[in-house]
Amino acid sequence: MSEVAAPARAPSAASSADNILVAENISRRFGAFLAVNDVSLSVRRGSIHALIGPNGAGKTTCFNLLTKALPLTSGRISFNGTDISALRSANVARLGLVRSFQISATFPNLTLLENVRVALQATYGKAFHFWRSIAAVKDLNARANELLDQVGLAGSRDLMASDLSYGKKRALEIATTLALEPDLLLLDEPTAGMGHEDIEPITRLIRKVAEGRTVLLVEHNLSVVSTLCDRVTVLQHGQIIADGSYDTVSRDPLVRTAYMGEEDE
Amino acid sequence: MNKTLLIAAVALVAALIAPVYIYPVLLMTILCFAIFASSFNLLLGYAGLLSFGHAMFFGTSAYITGYILKTTSISLELALLGGMLVSTIMAALVGLLAIRRAGIQFAMITLAFSQFVYFVLLQASFTGGENGMQGIPRNALFGLIDVKDSFHFYYVVLAVSALALFLFYRIVNSPFGEILRAIKDKEPRVESLGMKPEQFKYLAFVLSASLAGLAGALKATVFQFATLTDASWPISGEVILMTLLGGLGTLSGPMFGAAIVVILNDELAGLGEWALIAQGVILLVVIVFFRRGFVGEIAALLAKWKKPAKSEAEVTA
Repeated sequence: MSEVAAPARAPSAASSADNILVAENISRRFGAFLAVNDVSLSVRRGSIHALIGPNGAGKTTCFNLLTKALPLTSGRISFNGTDISALRSANVARLGLVRSFQISATFPNLTLLENVRVALQATYGKAFHFWRSIAAVKDLNARANELLDQVGLAGSRDLMASDLSYGKKRALEIATTLALEPDLLLLDEPTAGMGHEDIEPITRLIRKVAEGRTVLLVEHNLSVVSTLCDRVTVLQHGQIIADGSYDTVSRDPLVRTAYMGEEDE
Repeated sequence: MNKTLLIAAVALVAALIAPVYIYPVLLMTILCFAIFASSFNLLLGYAGLLSFGHAMFFGTSAYITGYILKTTSISLELALLGGMLVSTIMAALVGLLAIRRAGIQFAMITLAFSQFVYFVLLQASFTGGENGMQGIPRNALFGLIDVKDSFHFYYVVLAVSALALFLFYRIVNSPFGEILRAIKDKEPRVESLGMKPEQFKYLAFVLSASLAGLAGALKATVFQFATLTDASWPISGEVILMTLLGGLGTLSGPMFGAAIVVILNDELAGLGEWALIAQGVILLVVIVFFRRGFVGEIAALLAKWKKPAKSEAEVTA
């Protein structure tokens, strides 16, 4: 165990320039339950990094901690060299660490264009202008269309988000997230609940948006992980049990037991 | 959007000739409550915040405007602004505490504050206590134009209402309104996009209270009295009824809801206590059978009509 934990801790001591995100000994307790237990994790700039593990391993909680959607019980997180441990998630997002959600987080009663425009408004400085017509932000439409085009939704800009198929909702969510031009994109199970035919396009899309930025994703589908990710961190019972390339990790006996054990249940 | 302007223009023309046929005071009451219901709609329909105490802004503003008019010779429009300003400041303070809570807690905090305001108004010496404030004069508009006659005053109320309802329309269709709708849809997502939802909700709360204050101020000048009823829980409840009846989150629904409730109250006034029971039955029917409210149901019907036609067009394309 100490053998696998060591490489996870080592990078935090190395220069933070290669690591866009460094979490040191982070924990989160819910009552008596320690959901995330002393996790140290570093995400290399420019990589596609996966966080995997059996159900209930604490992946989503870990994600919520890294984006500060949940406060830390203990530990420290730094992003691009800035300590974000005490910030709230709105501020973290503005620094360039933006997430998607496991449950599709589109705005159902807004059109696709409006969905993306809301995100663009975050940095446009007119979000509180209640006395102006919506035409005041029409400059944003071009960029919104571009983003929709990037995820293959340009033709449906005037549809309500609630009218989209599940796969397209995920694509819309990615377009919305990209509107903030994040340096680090956190995707929470981007292919969860997706039909076979949707997985291939979304994988391609993730690869495309990963160009020039860093992606950290929680993913259940191991074939997606193996094709997409440079590095894999495995969680079980709130702790890291392995960290490395997909090949290394998939051969790790601890990881094998963790997954096999789950199948036995 | 042009369709909205067209409907507004038609409504305005109808409103201009209406007092020839309909009792002006009834029309003015409808206009006051149309503003009040729209202010509530801004909060619940667009920001998703349910206030159980909106009467505190309505009632306080009515008293303040009345007090200004009774004790000074300040012109009418400034007295209206005075009432509106006080309810805005009140909301700015109440909002600091209330907006951090959501759902039923928010509703309870607003209810608690409004009960507090009610008892302050009951005890304060300037309000006339249980007797209310009677004989509020209509000082000249801009210090020049005499508006003592209700027929003439109607046009003042209409102009103010048109302005207020335009402001409501503008807020809803502004960059800010877009964020509000997003917050109502999925608040955590707005936070994750780098915005602080409570700041937007706070501004919506204050804006809503301003409009509610304007409605109360106008009401005080229309009836020329302000009473504890204006600040009481039944008024807070009635504005909820108006909004739901007309169609929550629709632009014009609550205005229609206000008209329906005001006319019903007028028609059923002869029934005494039974009026309230009749109102209850009507609300029950609406909630059970017409969930989207009066305007909401019509809009949904029209949309259903259009949709098959549209999908046909898509097939041929």
